[in-house]
Amino acid sequence: MKASAFAYARATSVANALELLVLHGEKARVLSGGQSLIPAINLRLVAPELIVDISDLKELRGIAVKGETLVIGALTRHADLLKSSDIVKCAPLLKAAVAHVAHPAIRNRGTIGGSLAQADPASELPACMLALGATIVVRGPGGERRIAAEDFFTGIYETKLAPQDLLVALELPVARKGSAHFFQEFARRHGDYAIVGLAAQALLQGDRFADLRLGYFAVGDKPVLAKAAGRLTGVAVTPALLAEVSDALSDELDPQQDQQATPAMRRHLAKVLLRRSVATLLNRPDLQAGATA
Amino acid sequence: MTAQVSITLMVNGERVEAQVLPRLNLADFLREQLKLTGTHVGCEHGVCGACTVRVGGEIVRSCLMLAVQVDGAEVETIEGLSDSGEIADLQDAFRDRNALQCGFCTPAMLMAAQDLLQQNPAPAREEIREHLSGNYCRCTGYQAIIDAVENAARARVGRTA
Repeated sequence: MKASAFAYARATSVANALELLVLHGEKARVLSGGQSLIPAINLRLVAPELIVDISDLKELRGIAVKGETLVIGALTRHADLLKSSDIVKCAPLLKAAVAHVAHPAIRNRGTIGGSLAQADPASELPACMLALGATIVVRGPGGERRIAAEDFFTGIYETKLAPQDLLVALELPVARKGSAHFFQEFARRHGDYAIVGLAAQALLQGDRFADLRLGYFAVGDKPVLAKAAGRLTGVAVTPALLAEVSDALSDELDPQQDQQATPAMRRHLAKVLLRRSVATLLNRPDLQAGATA
Repeated sequence: MTAQVSITLMVNGERVEAQVLPRLNLADFLREQLKLTGTHVGCEHGVCGACTVRVGGEIVRSCLMLAVQVDGAEVETIEGLSDSGEIADLQDAFRDRNALQCGFCTPAMLMAAQDLLQQNPAPAREEIREHLSGNYCRCTGYQAIIDAVENAARARVGRTA
């Protein structure tokens, strides 16, 4: 289909973009990479009166390490994340995840800020933000504010962003010594949205988890940081404990039914990913017994 | 502000000035205003890959960019790549290997394949498959396409060795 008519403004600065958003409120939509917004406009699922194009704001694109914090500008493209040595060093989980985001031509345009603001519950990067303990930096009429990723995502395509807000950056703690990550998703075809996926970030101490953050996606109306993971930290993980945690995870999740899978299938796949991630991160193949899908 | 907007850009090395509505996507602009119909429009929401072109040297979905966004940019279409001879060997390999039937996906397949070979001159089959995974073909079933890209890559490496 063809997009309905709209006006177009190419923002000249963040301040200019914010002015336009204040002026037009909910009638405006921010265009960053356009890989989610333009399909929605072409399908006429959304019909903004004004497109505020921020894609040329160079100040919002780039990756920098500031002390113990990795700062990623909102307009940093998926392809940039894949090529960055800072990402490999400081947040390798992101690189593993981005390889699953759509296809090369889409990764050349799609941005991390756009993906987070879009908040598709089946997309990879929001779940990574939960696993990595990210902070989302937002600028609005009242100035800048920082929102923990755990509070940022509120529902299907819903976040704490108000129509006048612009997501400008995200901050991640630099991976510490002993960090390990795991990323896997089930999808019908490579590059498709996941049926269920897991972005996991761990801190290992000897043969135990000092910390384990499991960010699940496509298991509900928003990405989920699994509380059950807490029971695996600071203890020796046995098959019996993992089975208990697996049941707790299943109770905790409230997956949706759609044309791809039933809630029961999603619960099953989430449990498979739990076993695979724990076995991989602890290098304990014995824990993976029964984790077939 | 829904009025026409002036844009100036380079298309296949030639300067183009045009008036476009903000709602016009790049694929339709190339096809309807510039009559460059090698860029195909399939799904119009970024899934099929048939509209793949290069903007600033990188492959993109032209159905997911607005024509107003390419003001000042350099756009290359299959006509440009074909006329310059840049992908003559890939085209030959596609023909030799019967890697097309109806041909609808072929221009974009060639764009994506060339993009891969520029970044990775000797890709494994799995890498070819991965790089072309965003381009749908509804006739050949991909096997022959991957063969063709593999053959072209080998021949290029052989020539420069």
